[in-house]
Amino acid sequence: MIEAFVLRAALAGVGLSLATGLLGSFVVWRRMAYFGDATSHAAILGVALSFAFGLPLYAGILAVVVAVALIVAGLSGRGHQSDTILGVMAHSALALGLVAVSFLPSVRGDLSSYLFGDILAVGWRDVALIWGGCIAVAGLILWRWDGLVTATVNEELAQASGIRPDRERLVLTLALAVTVALSIKVVGALLIAALLIIPAAAARAFSATPERMAVLAVLIGAGAALGGVAASLSFDTPAGPSVVAVAFLAFLLSLLRRADH
Amino acid sequence: MSLLSAAGLGVRQGDHQILSEVNLTVDPGEIVTIIGPNGAGKSTLVRALIGLERPSAGRIERAPDLRIGYVPQRMKVEAGLPMTVRRFLSLPHRVSDAEAEAALARTGVQGMGGRQLSRLSGGQFQRVLLARALLARPQILILDEPTQGLDQSGMAAFYRLIEELRHETGVAVLLVSHDLNVVMRASDRVLCLNGHICCEGAPGDVSAAPEYRALFGGGEGEVLALYRHHHDHAHDHDAHGDHHHNHPSQGPHHGPHHGDAA
Repeated sequence: MIEAFVLRAALAGVGLSLATGLLGSFVVWRRMAYFGDATSHAAILGVALSFAFGLPLYAGILAVVVAVALIVAGLSGRGHQSDTILGVMAHSALALGLVAVSFLPSVRGDLSSYLFGDILAVGWRDVALIWGGCIAVAGLILWRWDGLVTATVNEELAQASGIRPDRERLVLTLALAVTVALSIKVVGALLIAALLIIPAAAARAFSATPERMAVLAVLIGAGAALGGVAASLSFDTPAGPSVVAVAFLAFLLSLLRRADH
Repeated sequence: MSLLSAAGLGVRQGDHQILSEVNLTVDPGEIVTIIGPNGAGKSTLVRALIGLERPSAGRIERAPDLRIGYVPQRMKVEAGLPMTVRRFLSLPHRVSDAEAEAALARTGVQGMGGRQLSRLSGGQFQRVLLARALLARPQILILDEPTQGLDQSGMAAFYRLIEELRHETGVAVLLVSHDLNVVMRASDRVLCLNGHICCEGAPGDVSAAPEYRALFGGGEGEVLALYRHHHDHAHDHDAHGDHHHNHPSQGPHHGPHHGDAA
């Protein structure tokens, strides 16, 4: 007999990995790790905004995250030192968010659940939102798959084939923002990027094509979510970090196998 | 009607004027080579022609629904991205196994569908890129420094293949290069680029033109950089008259005003 909160946690984790696995593959392929950091750290600022103005939590987070993602994408697309700009944005977004939260006593107590998530505390409403949102994100990515992959391989090549690389980049940016907003209750702002990168990195060693890597990333992410929840229940460890730790274990195992050529 | 043309094209990037007053047309079945030293704006010109770079002046016209087969310069495949040759050939439009294998065979890399792109040699990679470009049934092939990293015989073989393809399919070819002799024999027309079109004409005419010699030196082993400065200087003062432009009339046309000569 599975208790309802465990079922909700499992469902939330598996649902989320659908989006993070697909999107995380692009994050790895396009070297967007820092971009994921900058975007997800901004989620804390979104939490502060939601509480300060009495907005629904997800709406506030989504608004801030989309804004930051678009700003960062615009800045790094133009400048030469995009690594530096992304680093500045990633850490500043986090610092500003923490400062903003300090003015809001109602959030302060819960701060760690926004930083690290609390998958065991998600409600049915969260589960429904996560599944709805992640299916939308996955649908968007699958719909544009060939164009996204082509633009990822080489922008000139894509343009010559009639694909607009800037449009594909915007699709990924927005999908990433939505995924970050959906992830915050599950793994928290600090570990969202880990959920994007680690399963995809683990999947790389077992993949000869982008499609296989994306599917494996989804499966590894889902396995990590289930394993992390189970570990958290058995050993009374924090859930979000446990999920990431299990994903890391999968990554370590993947090192035993050399990448397909 | 020409497949692709640029008229008075200028491209700025920030404060840098990369290209100015570039006039260029490619007609069906023609092989046009753009030649110029590093930093001459060759890749920027290609990016502008395929629509990746917004012109700051002038305009670019492509024939309606122009099918471009593009072979990029030194494409690097991210190590994190697994990609077989076969999968790559189906980007962005799926092709059948038979079509894929036929294209690979035509470019001399048959049976390599299962290989990872990252595991190909330079020559194999260029041929795979060309195979992919052919699958789009292009009206024009745009090749940006396609033989970088190939040795002399590899280069010669690659250009021979391009010529054969033009002969078989009537595809036009726009070739960007800084390696000279192998390229020029195959070309119908050569444009010499250094921010603007310095000179233009049949391969033999261009190689005799002082502008070309100023850019590339007269013979083997000459130092390019020395001549670059001289050249830039001369052309910064285009308005000052024509001491560099006084060739016999059968010589190449001279930019930037060669424009509409057929």
